[in-house]
Amino acid sequence: MTEPDHYKNTAAIQASLKKRYARETRFKWYGRLAVMTGFLFLFVLLADIIGKGLPAFTQHFISIDLTLDAATLGVSSTPDETELFAADFGAVIKRGLRDTFPEVSGRSEKRSLYRLVSAGAEYELRDRVIADPSLIGTSGPVWLMAHAEAGSYLKGQVDTQLPESDRRVKDNQVAWLDELRDQGRTESRFNTTFFTAGDSREPELAGIKAALYGSLFTLAVTFCLAFPIGVLAAVYLEEFAARNRLTDLIEININNLAAVPSIVFGLLGLAVFINFMDLPRSAPLVGGMVLSLMTLPTIIITSRAAIQAVSPSIREAALGVGASRLQTVFHHVLPVAMPGILTGSIIGMAQALGETAPLLMIGMVAFIMDVPGSVSDPSTVLPVQIFLWADSPERGFTEKTSAAIMVLMGFLIMMNAVAIYLRRRFESK
Amino acid sequence: MRRTRCSSRFPLNPLALTEFPDVKNLLAKALVTLAATGVLTPGLAQARDNVSVVGSSTVYPFATVVAERFGRSTSFKAPKIESTGSGGGLKLFCRGVGASTPDITNSSRRIKKSEYDDCQANGVTDVVEVLVGYDGIAIANSKESPRLELSLAEVFAALAKDVVGPDGKLIPNPNKTWSDIHPRLPNTRIEVLGPPPTSGTRDAFVELALGGGAKANADLKALYGLGAGQGDEIRALLGKLGIPQSVYDSMAANKGTPPKGKDIFKTIAYAMREDGAFIEAGENDNLIVQKLEANPAALGIFGFSFLEENADKVQGTLIDGVEPTFDSIADGDYPVSRPLYFYIKAAHVGKIPGIQEFALEFTSSRAMGEDGYLPEKGLIPLSDEELRQVQADVKSLKRLEM
Repeated sequence: MTEPDHYKNTAAIQASLKKRYARETRFKWYGRLAVMTGFLFLFVLLADIIGKGLPAFTQHFISIDLTLDAATLGVSSTPDETELFAADFGAVIKRGLRDTFPEVSGRSEKRSLYRLVSAGAEYELRDRVIADPSLIGTSGPVWLMAHAEAGSYLKGQVDTQLPESDRRVKDNQVAWLDELRDQGRTESRFNTTFFTAGDSREPELAGIKAALYGSLFTLAVTFCLAFPIGVLAAVYLEEFAARNRLTDLIEININNLAAVPSIVFGLLGLAVFINFMDLPRSAPLVGGMVLSLMTLPTIIITSRAAIQAVSPSIREAALGVGASRLQTVFHHVLPVAMPGILTGSIIGMAQALGETAPLLMIGMVAFIMDVPGSVSDPSTVLPVQIFLWADSPERGFTEKTSAAIMVLMGFLIMMNAVAIYLRRRFESK
Repeated sequence: MRRTRCSSRFPLNPLALTEFPDVKNLLAKALVTLAATGVLTPGLAQARDNVSVVGSSTVYPFATVVAERFGRSTSFKAPKIESTGSGGGLKLFCRGVGASTPDITNSSRRIKKSEYDDCQANGVTDVVEVLVGYDGIAIANSKESPRLELSLAEVFAALAKDVVGPDGKLIPNPNKTWSDIHPRLPNTRIEVLGPPPTSGTRDAFVELALGGGAKANADLKALYGLGAGQGDEIRALLGKLGIPQSVYDSMAANKGTPPKGKDIFKTIAYAMREDGAFIEAGENDNLIVQKLEANPAALGIFGFSFLEENADKVQGTLIDGVEPTFDSIADGDYPVSRPLYFYIKAAHVGKIPGIQEFALEFTSSRAMGEDGYLPEKGLIPLSDEELRQVQADVKSLKRLEM
């Protein structure tokens, strides 16, 4: 009786089997498609950023014959440092350029000739001469940093087919640069300025160092505040606090705080830290405090989840051999929960690293040239620097923007690497 | 034994933590740093060795260039410059005296009496006003579209909230397309991107362009000229323009004294339309340029320096037949141009190093002079006479009286 039924059933199953396999295959492909789409977007984004940002890591220099005579510099024959500091190195460079292209005449033509060399070249030359005063009175070829526009032509980014009025590098500048290049007087070097300088209004002089340090200081403050407070709050709420209405209310509020838009924390920071506590504007200290308010809920929530996930048998075993609750928590629960806590903290820190909105309110969106030396020096952070460069009218900042994004991503990868390292160490215990 | 399970008052063993150095170290280090930052903070507000500048986004590109040169060529630290808008900058500036308040604020319009009073009330009694130069406000569109030519009256007709209708009465702005204003203009929707009310560019634009355009109407111009004593004439004009008399009464009640014709004129003429034809595009002029590139049918309002820097992408609209150029603004031919200022908090000079030196560099001939590096960045320079006066004022820190 049952056998024929069974066979019938088998036939039906076999008939549907192909369909079911096909369904599974289809589903797998949907999944692969989803993953591939994600990768495609990531790839396009990265390719765009790296493609745009790579030229920012090279910089062009132009070799000009300069005569460093005391008369043009406006200094005595044996000048001291303060005298050299105020000396007119710009005049030396201008004369060198005029001597290289003696046919140039007229005010506007001379101006565009001077624009071949970066406005920062005279300060660099000054520093070189201060370091070695014996250069005074000598003459010879000196490598000078090219202006961003001249540099973009030498990098091949300028389409000379366009009408002259539609591009920033003019025909006469193109001719001079071609001549210099044919004489082997131009050179492309790795852009060290980008990593050693602060912000600048001239694209060729702008660097990421100030923003990088600003981000480091800000995150250090954020971590020092948010991590201990967050972990302690989570430990207390999870292990010690009684379950009642009050703790429920606290829990709901923490969950809600995690969803509050970050600009609100900026307003709070402005009102409390700057207006009330009188802390300095634009300082990583205040930035870090604001961002730690923002990351606290994230750290508390993830830490609580990590502590909850610790097997109760570990707690019971510890208590069973006579450990106090404090000992149980610090000796047994926290070490096991630490990988999870660290992961949560790093997620919170990564959020803080990319934040600009709350920093706007506390004055960290600013033009800052000097590299900050402490948490109270005015500074800006990486995402703000990206924002400021993206808004700058000068074209040279387009590639700087992408390069800064690459640095920001590198920073993020490093943070994650540290987190993974720490996690491994705690897991192997 | 009974207590071990749930007592939270178990005696704390100080040695208990030593066996787990990682957790302990981490917490200890964090707490030490916490304490250190906490201890350091009270002293911070007093010690600041760099000049703090806030204010107008129009002056920002000039101030940053000066700051950079100043930082490189002197032993002082480079000033920190925030772009907050003129109104926002003056608000911060007038908050009080002390290292946590800015030393200098840039402004693309003159300080208002109300702001000056706010300053005085907060103890910022000595303010030095420095005229930097001039800036034209350009109305520009993408180079992909034909260049427009507008009169101030047409600008008013395109952007004012209320305009004078055919019967001489004030009506809500009915103009949807440019050709509604004048048949020679293109038949495209009126779409103008401009700065928000906190911006000095906006203040100057409504005053110069809308105010100037409103005066093309004889009744509005007459209203502008009437004094507080001419209440009956004002009321008659209001009737003629179709404005309810309650406007006059409520203004009189608010002020406590009868309003001037000028006050009523301002409330009418300086109001931007709010029906979507004028779009507030944020404090950032560069953003407006980018939006114009994406939308060739739109017009944008921004400072002349941005027009010059982006001359390959956008073109300035001719206003009353004058193109916004360096020369036409310097000569005063271009009607929509305004002065740029910065204000120094004299109480901070000598306390925070470099304030006066920075101001001197800003006003030096090599920066602000005709061949200086600021005009190269698009600033319209002062006349020689004005420049000498400004330089003398900065040297003596001449106090502003209002």
